[in-house]
Amino acid sequence: MTAAPEPAAGGTLPAGGAMRVMGAETEYGIHAPSAPSANATMMSARVVQAYAQVTRQRAAGGAETRWDYTDEEPLHDARGWTVDRSSAHPSQLTDQPPVLDAEAVALAYGREELELDGQDESGTLLMNMVLGNGARLYVDHAHPEYSSPEVTNPRDAVKWDAAGDLVALAAVRRLAADPDLPPVNLYKNNTDNKSVSYGSHENYLMPRSVPFGDIVRGLTPFFVSRQIMCGSGRVGIGQDSSTPGYQISQRADFFEAEVGLETTIRRPIINTRDEPHATADKYRRLHVIIGDANLSQVSNYLKFGTTAMVLSLIEAGLAPKVEVFEPVAALQAVSHDTTLTARLRLLDGRRVTALDLQWMYHEAAAKLAQDTGVGDKVDGDGHTHDVLERWAAVLTQLDNDRAAAASSVEWLAKLSLLDGYRERDGLEWNDARLGLVDLQWADIRPEKGLYYRFLARNRMQRILEDAAIAAAVSEPPADTRAFFRGRCISSFGKDVVGASWDSVIFDVPGYGRLQRVPTREPLRGTKALTGALFESYREAGPFLAELLGHNAPPAA
Amino acid sequence: MAGQEQQQPQSRDSQVEEDIPEAPPAPPEAQASASTEGVDDLLDEIDGVLESNAEEFVRAFVQKGGQ
Repeated sequence: MTAAPEPAAGGTLPAGGAMRVMGAETEYGIHAPSAPSANATMMSARVVQAYAQVTRQRAAGGAETRWDYTDEEPLHDARGWTVDRSSAHPSQLTDQPPVLDAEAVALAYGREELELDGQDESGTLLMNMVLGNGARLYVDHAHPEYSSPEVTNPRDAVKWDAAGDLVALAAVRRLAADPDLPPVNLYKNNTDNKSVSYGSHENYLMPRSVPFGDIVRGLTPFFVSRQIMCGSGRVGIGQDSSTPGYQISQRADFFEAEVGLETTIRRPIINTRDEPHATADKYRRLHVIIGDANLSQVSNYLKFGTTAMVLSLIEAGLAPKVEVFEPVAALQAVSHDTTLTARLRLLDGRRVTALDLQWMYHEAAAKLAQDTGVGDKVDGDGHTHDVLERWAAVLTQLDNDRAAAASSVEWLAKLSLLDGYRERDGLEWNDARLGLVDLQWADIRPEKGLYYRFLARNRMQRILEDAAIAAAVSEPPADTRAFFRGRCISSFGKDVVGASWDSVIFDVPGYGRLQRVPTREPLRGTKALTGALFESYREAGPFLAELLGHNAPPAA
Repeated sequence: MAGQEQQQPQSRDSQVEEDIPEAPPAPPEAQASASTEGVDDLLDEIDGVLESNAEEFVRAFVQKGGQ
């Protein structure tokens, strides 16, 4: 395999505001009501397989694109060390290809279950796809996961995350149409309310020069409190929901540590996994595991937009100087207080509400945006002004007009429905129908998902037109390397044998070896830099020859 | 390949449109008032959408661990 030079250089993003290279990862809850004991990993693989059939990438391309694991480093800790493989939890070993053959399934779940469940004739299941929009669709443990392409701003983060819900929906429809397989439901939520949680993660690119301790100090009070805007709401208190009630966050009760490398056990508020998926001496990828999966576009937008702005504050050394006493307990106290009046103790002795904390961050972020100019309505970066406005509007509504906030804040929207049932039918919080409303809120089918019923009635605000989200199912973002990745898949899929966040690997007739094109700079490989090249070539060989500066290969 | 990748969103598009006949998004002010009105009507609609046998459906939704 030869390593080629990078595509031409890209630019940088305006600093100080909401623009930043970022992306979303969503693990979907998976359930086959007609086959409740079906193997979850197998069903998840069927979801990926079904989407491959939808796109016909397999038929045309002779197999989906394989994920390239060369640069995965899940055991690198941002604090400066590497965990020994032998002491890592098996679920942390995400750098080994999960090629799930019959043997592996049998080892994990028992041979009988495998035989009951059936398997692919080849004995292997498709676990991984790279999509034409630059995203990755794969099986993560026992859930299908969609990892969005890299984007540069919160609006695009919402767009390509919502596109993932349409990808998942297409797979669900395909499976529903197959008379030989049980229909599969997918839920954009984070817990089964029986003690298991699965994640929706955010990723933000940061300069490696920012000390990790600054990130921990700056982000922790923000993460303790941002759920009041971004929480999706949950029926039940405690990991196993044993205490009846309603809380703001799906995830809060599953967090047990302040800082750590794990994502599946002893989950930390600040995750230290340090796989930059980019030039490692320049960047770190901040891996945020504390968020809820959002269907509400406004909640999702604020999740990405405000977090990106707080990272800008941290980089500038201007994060509010607040430290929350016992942050894990505070995180849960905030989640359990739907009145938003609980006061958290700060280390300096002050007592503040989650709203107070959010206003402190808003004030600091607004000042930095003004000082750098990125927050200007006309001459700014085109995103920061809007994030600041919506952030302030939602905080104000949370304080004095919760009915208005319910059109954008997901946990309040869900609560309005639950309260409707409680009042009309006199239901207690432990009534199964309220549990069903909570679960079905997140069904990704528009005719069944209660969020989508709200959206259809205009009870939820939109940030994006439906058509823009639908286009993002196949179109990559224009302004990151995801453009290059996605276009390689959609233009030359049959010649691409592997891809990852920071590479695309070609196997082109005439080239003796595999050609690995590194894409380690997230702002290169954009439409501006490579769009013309894709327009110019219909075949991968001449395309690569120009890209890599080689002479054209001999005809195969 | 490019053509094939393009085909599927169209087919799903039409499906989505069938499922939710959309009105244009209302301004936030209108939505704010909407959220306090029509609760009975809303609940009637949701009644028809909810899975039958809530207890069994919720109990059967069991997930294996994730991140």
